[in-house]
Amino acid sequence: MATKVVMEALSPTMEEGRLVKWSKNEGDQIKSGDVLAEVETDKAVMELVARGDGVLRKRLANEGDASPVGTLLAVIAAPDENIDSIVGSAAGAAAPAAAPAQPAPTAQADKAAEPAATPAAAETKEAAATSSVPRSPSQSQGEASTPPPQRTAGPAPGAPPRPAPPAPPRAPSAPAPPRGNGSSRPPAPQAGGRQRTSPLARRLATEKGIQLGGIQGTGPGGRIVKRDIENAKATGGAAARSAAADRLATEGDFKDVPLTQIRKTIAKRLAESSGPIPTFFLTAEFDATRAAELRTQLAEMGDQYKVSFNDIVIKGVALALAEHPEVNAHWLGDKIRYFNRIHVAMAVAVEDGLITPVLFDADRMTLWDISGKARDLAKRARERKLTPEEYTGATFTVSNLGMFGIDQFTAIINPPEAGILAIGGVEEKPVVIDGQLEVRQRMRVTMSCDHRAIDGATGAKFLQTVRGFIENPLSLII
Amino acid sequence: MAVLTYRDALTQALREELQRDDRVFLMGEEVAQYNGAYKVSKGLLDEFGPMRIVDTPITELGFAGVGVGAAMVGLRPIVEFMTWNFALLALDEVVNAAAKTFYMSGGQFKMPMVFRGPNGAALQLAAQHSQAWESWLAHIPGLKVLTPGTPADAKGLLKSAIRDDNPVVFLEGEMLYNTKGEVPEGEHIVPIGVAELKREGDHCSVITHGKMVLVAMRVADDLAKEGINIDVVDLRTVRPIDVEAISRSVQKTNRAVVLEEGWEICGMGSQVVDFIQRECFDDLDAPVLRVHQEDVPMPYAKNLERAAKPDAGKTIAAIKKVMYLD
Repeated sequence: MATKVVMEALSPTMEEGRLVKWSKNEGDQIKSGDVLAEVETDKAVMELVARGDGVLRKRLANEGDASPVGTLLAVIAAPDENIDSIVGSAAGAAAPAAAPAQPAPTAQADKAAEPAATPAAAETKEAAATSSVPRSPSQSQGEASTPPPQRTAGPAPGAPPRPAPPAPPRAPSAPAPPRGNGSSRPPAPQAGGRQRTSPLARRLATEKGIQLGGIQGTGPGGRIVKRDIENAKATGGAAARSAAADRLATEGDFKDVPLTQIRKTIAKRLAESSGPIPTFFLTAEFDATRAAELRTQLAEMGDQYKVSFNDIVIKGVALALAEHPEVNAHWLGDKIRYFNRIHVAMAVAVEDGLITPVLFDADRMTLWDISGKARDLAKRARERKLTPEEYTGATFTVSNLGMFGIDQFTAIINPPEAGILAIGGVEEKPVVIDGQLEVRQRMRVTMSCDHRAIDGATGAKFLQTVRGFIENPLSLII
Repeated sequence: MAVLTYRDALTQALREELQRDDRVFLMGEEVAQYNGAYKVSKGLLDEFGPMRIVDTPITELGFAGVGVGAAMVGLRPIVEFMTWNFALLALDEVVNAAAKTFYMSGGQFKMPMVFRGPNGAALQLAAQHSQAWESWLAHIPGLKVLTPGTPADAKGLLKSAIRDDNPVVFLEGEMLYNTKGEVPEGEHIVPIGVAELKREGDHCSVITHGKMVLVAMRVADDLAKEGINIDVVDLRTVRPIDVEAISRSVQKTNRAVVLEEGWEICGMGSQVVDFIQRECFDDLDAPVLRVHQEDVPMPYAKNLERAAKPDAGKTIAAIKKVMYLD
């Protein structure tokens, strides 16, 4: 049985992927689970794995090609299996791009001779001949736009076809009508504007918190079936959301508090005034002299003890969040979710953008755990090697531009998180302490708060606690 | 446990019930002196005599009516039709008299009788003598319709049928009479309306009854070699249907194929699929497929007859389709 290799949705938001590198050649023996290619998604470079056994018979995409999710990339089949219809249907889907739309019967005579129209025509003829028999998946790609009559009353498979039904109004030799803008995207899920999903798959997706939108169905006509939900879990893809959801939604790990009327009114009025997220900013200047001294001392102890200011801030924020759960929250529209666990994301600049890998349970990590993990995450983020599970599921985010010489900035909240802390650079400044002018290491931080969830005083108290940890950094080590 | 043919299991049930209750008697064409067209009543005339084992003229409507009358006055007749194809002539008595008298008499007349005989196709008996009638009969409120597929069920269900106070249609099979199986001795009762899971597997449910149980079991053996394990749900009774057993299986496997001997349109499978879509909607991962006789009068030619009948190959294809394996 032939297996179609399609561009899969490997991240929750992926709509298109670039085939970076083929890992297998045509003719290679393939086992289910083998890595076929590397695919660059909008977030990372991921592995595309085989979903069937056989020989890699045909590669249909070149390295460097970008293809929409669902595009047929290759065919795995038995060595002697005829895959013309599968490869042909890919060509057929692309045909309208080559041969512009002309379903009008008058134009038929010329167009019928065009080679580009042939696969589509053959497919249609086949559809007419077997129209009452449920069609196999490999045929079904074109089915959505040419629904055979009597689909619901088909006799058993393997049964001889009934007397052919009257020819459909569309002449059998006409090429398939153009699909969308003629892209090579398989038409099935889009044709009706509705994703087909088996009832069971729909239920499982709901239970697991998987978004169906990110999944490419492998059933007839692109139907999402049980195995697609199971595979989604295994390969990341839409399951990232599920893994994150699982992590965040474990019973007892959070407390949902329904909105009170006053909270509702505050939310509504503030949102009206200030855009979708009514944000306010709290700026404070911390004394980082001791933190700097601590860094120096630790560095002198050896490389394995080295920590960065960023590590110190993350640890301080994590501990402060533990004391201020009202800040460790998500705004969910009809309720605010307060988390018992603390997952701190850190913004990492990557080429063309940024990504926020997460330090899970950061409050329970030692400073050195955080340091090692943060370095690893940042490195892999820049290499685009993070898995979706590693950059989703945060309860709070820290963004640091200190290393770029920025004194102070405001960060944009990553919804549904309720807050984000922006860290500026540490620099020497003259400050007055007990009436004396002294030179101290100072650090300016700005917290952006979603006012619907966090009030000014709440944020301020949280920052006060963070200040306590940063200014007394031994508390972060003990 | 004794291994008996389906035929001998029926004979044993008849004998035991005739011995147990002297209101029970058997009548039909050739049941007495000829020992039955298919020898189901072999030896019974000698044992019970011509008052209890009664040959009738070739008058299906007539002797079915005699049976109805006998049941109304307290006897427990078993009416044998040489085949259910001939029983078409008697359907007025079955449908209008037997099935409705208890209801229309306000419960004054019970109808403790059994209509039995072979149903469905054998080999090359052509269009008029190769028909499976269960969906016709199961359509009628007031009837119970039993379709045993194994010798043990044949015995156990026939005893239940004879003891039931309602008219029971009992569908046997010419191709089943010589099949063998273990049959419990003596008081072996199979309750009416209870399906049996004859094979257990997780991948797909095959729901079937009667002669097709044998096909399903062969399919289960063949697919097991490929690592595909199916549930075989033998309905045994097609009216009333054991919906719970169907649901249990489909909720486990998430997919189903309904296999029957009769035609597609308004077949038993139509009803089973309806139960499944109602009870198991959220459990289904694929549309339910049906395997049945092709929508034609049964051809006489051997090759065409084979092509028209439901078989293991068609069933395997349907199973693979609902498993998205093809």
